[in-house]
Amino acid sequence: MLAMLEGAVGAAVLALTALGLSLVFGVMRVVNVAHGEFYMLGAVLAWFIATSLGGHPAIGFLAALIIAPLVAGIIAVAADWLVLKHLDYDPESTIVATIGLLYIMQQSALMLYGPEARPVEPPFNSRIALPWVEWGENGLALFYPWGLGTTTYKLFVIAAAATILVAFWLFLSRSRFGLIMRATQLDSETALAFAIPVEKVYALVFGLGAALAAMAAVLIVPIQQAHYLMGGEPLLLSFIVVIIGGLGSIRGTIFAALLIGMSDGIISVFFSPTLAKIIATLLVALVLVFRPQGLFGKKPA
Amino acid sequence: MSTTTRSAALHLGLIALIAVLGLILPAYHQGNLARILVLATYAIGYNVLFGYAGLLSLGHAMFFGAGMYGLGLAMHHGDVSALPAFVIGIACAAALSAVVAMLALRTIGVAFMIVTLMFSQTAFLTVLYFGTWTRGDEGFVLAQASRSIAGLDLSNPDIRFYAALILFSAALLITARMMQVRFGHVLIAVRENEERTRMLGYDVFRHKFLAVVISGTISGAAGAAYALLFGYVGATFTSVQYSIFPLLWVLLGGAGTTIGPFVGALFMFYLIDYTSGLTSAYMLIAGVVLVLLTLFARAGIMGEVRKRWLRWLP
Amino acid sequence: MSLLRTKGLTKVFAGLTAVNDVDLTVEAGRVHALIGPNGAGKSTLVGMIAGRISPTKGNVWFDEVDVTALPAHKRMRMGMAYTFQITAVYARLTLFDNLALALRDQHRDKVLAALDRVGLADRADSLAGDLSYGHQRLLEIAMGVAQAPRLLILDEPTQGLAESEITGFNTLIRQLAGETTILLIEHNMNVVMELADHITVLETGEVLASGTPDEIRASAEVQEAYLGTGDAET
Repeated sequence: MLAMLEGAVGAAVLALTALGLSLVFGVMRVVNVAHGEFYMLGAVLAWFIATSLGGHPAIGFLAALIIAPLVAGIIAVAADWLVLKHLDYDPESTIVATIGLLYIMQQSALMLYGPEARPVEPPFNSRIALPWVEWGENGLALFYPWGLGTTTYKLFVIAAAATILVAFWLFLSRSRFGLIMRATQLDSETALAFAIPVEKVYALVFGLGAALAAMAAVLIVPIQQAHYLMGGEPLLLSFIVVIIGGLGSIRGTIFAALLIGMSDGIISVFFSPTLAKIIATLLVALVLVFRPQGLFGKKPA
Repeated sequence: MSTTTRSAALHLGLIALIAVLGLILPAYHQGNLARILVLATYAIGYNVLFGYAGLLSLGHAMFFGAGMYGLGLAMHHGDVSALPAFVIGIACAAALSAVVAMLALRTIGVAFMIVTLMFSQTAFLTVLYFGTWTRGDEGFVLAQASRSIAGLDLSNPDIRFYAALILFSAALLITARMMQVRFGHVLIAVRENEERTRMLGYDVFRHKFLAVVISGTISGAAGAAYALLFGYVGATFTSVQYSIFPLLWVLLGGAGTTIGPFVGALFMFYLIDYTSGLTSAYMLIAGVVLVLLTLFARAGIMGEVRKRWLRWLP
Repeated sequence: MSLLRTKGLTKVFAGLTAVNDVDLTVEAGRVHALIGPNGAGKSTLVGMIAGRISPTKGNVWFDEVDVTALPAHKRMRMGMAYTFQITAVYARLTLFDNLALALRDQHRDKVLAALDRVGLADRADSLAGDLSYGHQRLLEIAMGVAQAPRLLILDEPTQGLAESEITGFNTLIRQLAGETTILLIEHNMNVVMELADHITVLETGEVLASGTPDEIRASAEVQEAYLGTGDAET
């Protein structure tokens, strides 16, 4: 049960991160290898903001939750406008360019933030004991096993992620911009013919993808710590989620994120984390090999 | 002068030049150049697949690593002597490339890139997992005494240099010749228009398969040589970074040219050497170069030279 | 003895039947045209004959050998040649290199001779991509011919060509008709009527009619479905 709850926290954050990646690939057909670095950026920015603001951690946290995704988004938009746009979104070139972007962001973080991992205080954090149900002398009874507990903050993370996901889904399906995004995803040439500014949409989508990753990182950083290399694992996991869950579909992303998030936690408990990663990486490769299914690059006939 | 003669003159001339440099360079630079020659061999291997066959792999570190660990484990744990170990290293890389080829070639484009990346990561993690034997990130040192072939001590800087040069020359000349014969021409045709090539009666899959295997084997030879000549085996060489490096070197030097890989490796080596003196974040320069290359100079240094001035450049 | 034969050839793409139960026979030495409105399944049919597309049902015999399971490149080696609907020459390679690949031979004389057949020998060292569209088409036909095929499959070869170029094309095909069998998908009715010995009409994936140009011209069904619309050239 505890493992499941921990898994849920990871899954929630993963869902947000993977959504960002899925969005960018779904609309732009671009694989953003630097996606993990925007995640890292969110965490590092959160630390900067929280440290510079001081006072009650909740203030810093709230500020970070708003500012970090915004900054990440702006940097992403700039990257798209300055680099990706000029490559005509050619699949090969964009991957190489985003690899370059990865190193630029990662190493800049190293230079400006340093190699250490630094904690950020959560805005609130009280332990909650979790009840368990058992047959007692008088029938079903709740009791509180020692050591079984979680924190209010972790519950908050799950709730917050869920809220953001729902809000995003509403945005995508109800708002005008959501409609524009979906139209561009379906057929960018026709979208152009309908006077949709495809290039601007792309820039905004790229920014949105980065913002989602950054937001996810701000949520998780009070639990983990901010470190310049922390982008690697979310990148890999997001890849797995996107490939297994299918592109553009929010439901698929959430489902896959839950699956991966939970199992990653469980496998890591029973086997070594390295073995878990080996299985995960191999799985992604084999899925791509044997079920390409128009996941990458191929348009359905 | 015919193209073949010019090509031979260029390659042999370059080798001769490097041979002379080996005699006159101060120790520090001679050592660097030896390292560059082995890394350039890796780049040459990568170029076969990327430059000529047009397939972008993000996982070549697994081939470099297969050669390195094939030789390293044989020598360190198996007490195998240098030359047979080198053969083992190459064989491991060849076998791995064949397996990866059978799987990865079922995908195209972006999927191919991701698949190769994932396989390579699996290899890297496997090296870490079996840390008892591989010593993981820390790696292990190969005893100096064992690093000799036919009585020649490979840790001796001069011998080491010329051994590296022999390796490099072999890779360079083999690749150059390969691109002059039918196989090389068909590889380029596959790169330019796969379907068209198929409809001209060529077995496209066979050509791509061989390209992967040749590429992987040369990369593995470089990996084995690196361990043998510099005496160290470590997991870093199987990490993503070592998959990005050959891409960077080949892009910079000129994909699809014979001496481009060497030029790129040479340039980046000294650029990073210089930058790491300034900051620990020296990979930043790699990132910047990658972005600039994709934006402004996809043909790379020798590629631009070929486009503008020397049309005959192989 | 027929050079090419198909029986019951069918292709279904995810619920859409592009080609349905087509029996086609191409006799050696003839020019056989395949016509039909857009979407009739001509390219799909020819794709199955050449080996680019695998059939859902049915068989293909080339020279009385069942090639249904044979991959495309092996069929080409058996004596088929194929030109694409959208010109597929190697734009970044020279004309010389293009032809050398088709010939599977690098000897200068042979390559130049092959180029000469379509009058492009003097441009041997130009890049194929620098050629005009009409010349690129010619190059592609030269590449097809260079393979000395028994069956030359041309997918809409005159599309995009100017009138004068079409006349040149007709002459070339008439010259070739003696040495090789030609299967040609065409929309240009003038070209079809002038070159074809035999015509098969396809509509919505099925054979509507098959016969000599006169028979096809006279056929009421064909008139109604295709020719009668007055849409003689696309």
